[in-house]
Amino acid sequence: MPTEIPADSVGLVEPQTAFFDEPLPLRSGRSLASYQLVYETYGTLNAERSNAILICHALSGHHHAAGFHSRDDRKPGWWDACIGPGKAIDTNRYFVVSLNNLGGCHGSTGPTDIDPETGRRYGPDFPIMAVRDWVKSQARLADRLGIQQWLAVIGGSLGGMQAMRWSIDYPERMRGCAVIASAPKLSAQNIAFNEVARQAITSDPDFHDGHYYQHDTSPRRGLMLARMLGHITYLSESGMREKFGRELRQGKLHFSYDVDFEVESYLRYQGENFSDNFDANTYLLMTKALDYYDPAGDHDGDLARCLSQSQCRFLVTSFSSDWRFTPARSEEIVRALVRAKKPVSYLEIEADQGHDSFLFPIPEYVKLLSGFLASLSTEGAPA
Amino acid sequence: MSQIERPDFDFIEPWIEPNSRVLDLGCGDGGLLAMLRDNKNVRGYGLEIDTDNIVECVARGVDVIHQDLDAGLDNFDDQSFDTVIMTQSLQQTTAPDRIVEEMLRIGRQAVVTFPNFGHWTTRAYLGFRGRMPVSESLPYAWYETPNIHFFTFRDFEVLCRERGIKIRTRAVVDRNHQANWKMRMLPNLLGEIALYHISR
Repeated sequence: MPTEIPADSVGLVEPQTAFFDEPLPLRSGRSLASYQLVYETYGTLNAERSNAILICHALSGHHHAAGFHSRDDRKPGWWDACIGPGKAIDTNRYFVVSLNNLGGCHGSTGPTDIDPETGRRYGPDFPIMAVRDWVKSQARLADRLGIQQWLAVIGGSLGGMQAMRWSIDYPERMRGCAVIASAPKLSAQNIAFNEVARQAITSDPDFHDGHYYQHDTSPRRGLMLARMLGHITYLSESGMREKFGRELRQGKLHFSYDVDFEVESYLRYQGENFSDNFDANTYLLMTKALDYYDPAGDHDGDLARCLSQSQCRFLVTSFSSDWRFTPARSEEIVRALVRAKKPVSYLEIEADQGHDSFLFPIPEYVKLLSGFLASLSTEGAPA
Repeated sequence: MSQIERPDFDFIEPWIEPNSRVLDLGCGDGGLLAMLRDNKNVRGYGLEIDTDNIVECVARGVDVIHQDLDAGLDNFDDQSFDTVIMTQSLQQTTAPDRIVEEMLRIGRQAVVTFPNFGHWTTRAYLGFRGRMPVSESLPYAWYETPNIHFFTFRDFEVLCRERGIKIRTRAVVDRNHQANWKMRMLPNLLGEIALYHISR
């Protein structure tokens, strides 16, 4: 609802769609015969095509990373805090590309689309995507946009995993890689949280084995629970105490099982809002992509050997209060890159917002990211 | 500290081979590594704990890793660097002897610089005033100083001897990094800063 678009916003943006007819072979052994990717771009591609930055989104993200779709939008894109004129990812200098990943529910081909083979919606039959499949599709989008080499590929959380995968699969196609609040693979605890989220969805009576579209319904309660659980893991204990404490919604206890505390109300709101706007099959698929991610798995678990293929400079960033992907997980990546003798910088940023910290314009973080990108662009293309 | 205030870097540079790999412990804003990169095509990392310094390093294209030296260096493999450098920080670590051992485990050679607590002004300060020395090169009160292990040149050389560490070169300078014949005669009394080039 900005009556006036802020000066540091990319302003009104319009999503674009790219169609692909060439089949995409997938890690699962299946393939997508044809598909479409929805994306947005911010800033201008320079004549040398050397200032392009790819943004990879996280679990519940999409292509709309910055700016507004209309003047009636209540909120800007999900990473507007860091993308825009003069921001960490400065659209006065860089050409930023942000897409919705395959399997998503915001316009790129996914479970809610019609399967050309059956004529009905894919639903749970949409192939489970692996991070490397997304990266392959992103590389095709880069081809389409005439971008031979990214200045940087950037992502937080699951997005950071994609950025890392890029450096392994397309080492010559990027000069920098920013892996933010991420991990080289999920821990048992991470997978456990994902499994509870999936169980919440699949045990909802409205799930219908994933074919809920045919029943004109959706597992809203399950998806809401999954999101509430996820949301708790994205915040920190101290952040929640700071934000909600034990504040009561209506100033008194009700001695009932309805909402008493602010935090309950907040979580319900977040969960309901999310379940109105997100597809349950996409959520299931995204959590599986997270669980399966383990690039070192192809190299006897040796992450250093796996990353030895990379040719770019890395920036690894973690946040002190992130317990979903702790700083120690980022340090595993750094350790492997050091062992592989790769250029890497690492900073753990002091922040109270937990895993979600990566979405916020924390001053040191903004300076770090913008400094990294500026150093990549002044270094000149590697020989 | 910016590069301009660190003439000790000019002493160190000749000790570093071109195209070699360097690890700089407590690298500050990355001035030394930037200089070695630009002049000698040296690659490597700095380790640093201060956020502003890390941000500065990254912006100047110096690879830096956020790491507390006191928490150990076991993320670095044996003999994985040509030179490990530590300028003006050894006295700030909890176990300087362990750090020196680690430096020579990780690097083929090491460069260490530190302020000399045996300088005559320091001795006089403590001797006559009976209080912990505060000076231009040691500007902190005892309760707030980051320098928690004071030692002299002689102390360091005794440690090297005990641990079988070879001193390849030693330079002794004043705080403006000037050397003169008096300091060469009585380094432990007249030298303010020592630069040691050591190996196994």
